[in-house]
Amino acid sequence: MVQYFDSHFAASFGALSDPTRRGVLEQLGRGDASITALAERFHMTLTGMKKHVGVLEQAGLVTTKKVGRVRTCRLGRRRLEEEAAWIERYRQLWSARFDELDNVVEELTRKERADGRKKRK
Amino acid sequence: MDEKRESEGTPTKNRTEVERKSERELVVTRTVDAPARLVFEAWTKADLFRRWWVPKSYGLTLLSCEMDVRVGGQYRLVFRHQDSTMEFFGTYLEVTPHSRLVWTNEEGDSGKTITTVTFEENAGKTLLVVHDLYPSKEALDSGSTGALPEALDQLDELLASLGSSTETK
Repeated sequence: MVQYFDSHFAASFGALSDPTRRGVLEQLGRGDASITALAERFHMTLTGMKKHVGVLEQAGLVTTKKVGRVRTCRLGRRRLEEEAAWIERYRQLWSARFDELDNVVEELTRKERADGRKKRK
Repeated sequence: MDEKRESEGTPTKNRTEVERKSERELVVTRTVDAPARLVFEAWTKADLFRRWWVPKSYGLTLLSCEMDVRVGGQYRLVFRHQDSTMEFFGTYLEVTPHSRLVWTNEEGDSGKTITTVTFEENAGKTLLVVHDLYPSKEALDSGSTGALPEALDQLDELLASLGSSTETK
């Protein structure tokens, strides 16, 4: 699990270290955009913007789709999935705990019943 | 959840729910098929608590478990994981038999986490609500929950501002 996170997050972290890339994510948060539009918006060459988008894409933060001659970028879904996966891991820990708690409580219940029967005799 | 059938003797397990209520709060809920006084006992007697708090599947060995369950009393659990040991300790702030336990968790360096457990009995079953209030969002994300790595904080902040637009997709 740790290794998975290390490589996984190194990519996100690297992708976010650059102000232009953070700007691109913000921009895409407002709506999908073509690489050309992004290049114009950030006063960059098409090649430069392609590189930035490539880094974001590798980190799973952005997805791109080519329609005709236009490559459109949109925000990736990964962040939401990560949050869900993390909550699920936490849930599993508690679930495992509670299953063992069930056993302990069941034992207490049995014991109490047995004691109750003894007392009534 | 409102199943009428008698679950006694059947091994069906009740569902554990987790909800992140806010940036600093996590809430876990679960029903236990027993009265609150027994469930409370399992949470407050060290020899019982140690049998369930560390799930067997997690590869941790509980070396010791001391619990002085009264207001101002301390608890301390020591685990071994492979070659290292970890401690989980704090102070009980509230102890209301069969209904409520509040304790601090103090092993982190970023402040105290406050855990509130309520035991709500209904028709012989107990609804457990475990509420964790972390000192900060960062503590929750990277804390003892084994939770989100720190690298995500930056991403979190950024994407929080984008949240509304991604959710509608």
